Amino acid sequence: MTDTVYGPVTDWATDFDHGAPEYNANIHEIWDNLKASGCPIAHTERYGGVWLPLTHDLVKEIAYDPSRFSSLTPVVQQLKPSQVRELDPDALGAPIGPVPPISSDPPFHADARRILLPAFSPKQIDPWRKEVEEICNKLIDDMGDADIIDAAVQYTQHIPVLVVAQMVGLPLSDADRFRGWVDMVLGGIGAERNEERMAQFEAMDAYLTKHIEDHIENPRDDLTTYLLNSEIYGEKLSPRHVFGTILLLIIAGIDTTWSGIGSSLWHLASNSVDRRRLVENPEKIPTAVEEFLRAYAPVTMARMVTDDMEFHGVHMKKEDRVLLPFPAANRDEKQFANPAVVDIEREENRHAAFGLGIHRCIGSNLARLEMNVAIEVFLKRFPDFELDNSEQVTWSTGQVRGPRNLPFRINVRA
Amino acid sequence: MRVHVDSSKCQGHNRCYALAPELFDVDDLGNAFELNDGVVPAALEDKARLAVANCPEFAITIED
Repeated sequence: MTDTVYGPVTDWATDFDHGAPEYNANIHEIWDNLKASGCPIAHTERYGGVWLPLTHDLVKEIAYDPSRFSSLTPVVQQLKPSQVRELDPDALGAPIGPVPPISSDPPFHADARRILLPAFSPKQIDPWRKEVEEICNKLIDDMGDADIIDAAVQYTQHIPVLVVAQMVGLPLSDADRFRGWVDMVLGGIGAERNEERMAQFEAMDAYLTKHIEDHIENPRDDLTTYLLNSEIYGEKLSPRHVFGTILLLIIAGIDTTWSGIGSSLWHLASNSVDRRRLVENPEKIPTAVEEFLRAYAPVTMARMVTDDMEFHGVHMKKEDRVLLPFPAANRDEKQFANPAVVDIEREENRHAAFGLGIHRCIGSNLARLEMNVAIEVFLKRFPDFELDNSEQVTWSTGQVRGPRNLPFRINVRA
Repeated sequence: MRVHVDSSKCQGHNRCYALAPELFDVDDLGNAFELNDGVVPAALEDKARLAVANCPEFAITIED
């Protein structure tokens, strides 16, 4: 095993740490400094060797090239895939990967993805609008008449988990537990693989295994039963495949959208002109949501290099990981006019918040619905709010970026 | 004016369908296709251009 590098970052161009809290807290400044220093692809020896391309062209080229850049490791954590296999010989390898289809490569990927796509098409997702509205209104009712609220803790973090739990058929009363998994899997990527962390993973595995077994005995009208009944190449999906996909839906469906809603509300709390414009013209919310998705895209994905190669002047080694920072691509001045300016009426906006190429976020229609409704309801109930500066705004760690504490002062209720 | 979705490039972002449902529809998998053989009525030409400019995969083209 290679030595693992821990400790403070010395140089963001040659020693970056995407799992360090200061990365997400200062992300735009870090990217701007890297680009200004003429560094289109940063590197780190941490996590066994990772590359960080920063332009739209590079991100797109990598996303479109699954043969040289495998999706086996969508999250860059401390262990390389070969090290994971040493510890768990049964782990699903390429082209399926541990959490299909996000971890899958062609040709398996398209077949696994096709099973899920119908459940997430716009016409299947639109009917969830009323349910999301009710969830959002209830969360605001529960805040009572407090002048100071934490919009992340009391609002944004609850919305996606309640929808995803219903779709997958998990008890809503365990929502806190699912958010804990998200924090462990995505937030804790820089953590050491110690006994405590392993015990948490084992508890998650045991819970989900029980959930699946219960659905085998008592089939229901939900995605778990649907997956258990689905076939690929004429055979039922393997138990590991079903397990991985359910884990994916829970993990990927929760803090991504929670982050997207949170960053949007953070922007509106910090920009009273934009807030007033949307309160007075709610029909502008969908265009504004696209701009929030561009400017504050929550998700950075990752790929694994399949063989030693030269790539735009750098020497990549087999099993190196490559981060795909779609949020950085969204701020590329070659692709977007005035990319640093958040213009909520930007009409031409081919942002890559949901990825590019074959792995486009399968939940994008649901995420957009939740973001639109959550912002609509919040502005309707709280037409005037601002950041409460007595408390800190805090940001997540890891490849999904969004606020985890949003102290707001509510000035007007409707 | 005519619009065309290249189905080999479309990844189902659904931006065209959201912005111009008069010109585009999506199938059960969420992949987009043009309606009415892609013919764009004069009143919808701006919407067609907007759909092109918002496709992350550069999958939509316009023929005049």
